[in-house]
Amino acid sequence: MKVLLVDDSKTMRSIQKKILEQLGDVEFSEAGDGVEALAILAGAPGAYGLIMIDWNMPNMDGITLVHKIRETDKKTPLVMATTEAEKTRVLEAIRAGVNNYVVKPFTPELLMEKVKATMTRMKAAA
Amino acid sequence: MIVSADVDSMSAVRTPSKPSRITTNFTVPFVNSVKNVFKKMVKVDTVIGEPREKSVDEPSHDVSAIIGMSGDVIGTVVVSFDQEAAIKLVEAFASEKVDPASPDFADAIGELANMIAGGAKKDLGVMVDITVPSVVIGKGHHIARLKNAACLVIPCSTPAGTFSIEVSLKQHH
Repeated sequence: MKVLLVDDSKTMRSIQKKILEQLGDVEFSEAGDGVEALAILAGAPGAYGLIMIDWNMPNMDGITLVHKIRETDKKTPLVMATTEAEKTRVLEAIRAGVNNYVVKPFTPELLMEKVKATMTRMKAAA
Repeated sequence: MIVSADVDSMSAVRTPSKPSRITTNFTVPFVNSVKNVFKKMVKVDTVIGEPREKSVDEPSHDVSAIIGMSGDVIGTVVVSFDQEAAIKLVEAFASEKVDPASPDFADAIGELANMIAGGAKKDLGVMVDITVPSVVIGKGHHIARLKNAACLVIPCSTPAGTFSIEVSLKQHH
């Protein structure tokens, strides 16, 4: 499975990568903002099985990226991983089309649990 | 080194005053957030020391992340680490050694500060925007504060070493 990690912090992408390697046979791509992510996705339409998205990033933020992705792709699981913890933000992200929401800081166990639950739910709905 | 963090003027650094009620009230969400971030992401417990007022000429530690705040209150919250503590905490956070001279080191410190700011924001109880943290590295640096705003220092210790949270805020009229 191909996983795209979108976060302006290289450290955070690396941490998520180490945790999500537990999913098994995973090939990672990384983007530092929404613009880079869209360029990667345009080069491989429908290829990604999971996209992890930060909210606050330069050039194009995560919520804009979610809207852009959902204009053409309703299926790819999107998980928002962000420091934005207010309920209004969570609701805004869900309305935009994310399938799950993880607030930073997170434990590795919580991130895996949220990702696995998302993948299971999306597979069942397919 | 002196770093200007959204201050009225550098003379502000020399202006002593008592910590405001705002500064004192806002300390708790930041302390709680620091403990939560370090527990979950770095796997260390943080022991909080007795808060005290920071004197005007006292430098910060060696590695500082500056979080600017604007809105109903304005000012800065600084998380400042001893060099050795910063190196060990970043290693534990990133699960690998990170060269303190590399951009990845500042990235890791900035991300820790970003999570601390985000965690505190939801408990502040006022409308406030928090800036993306800036990271300053260098022994003996000073971080300028707002005019007429005192600075409260909360010493923190972990098994990896010591750091402090410096809160300097005031009501925005």
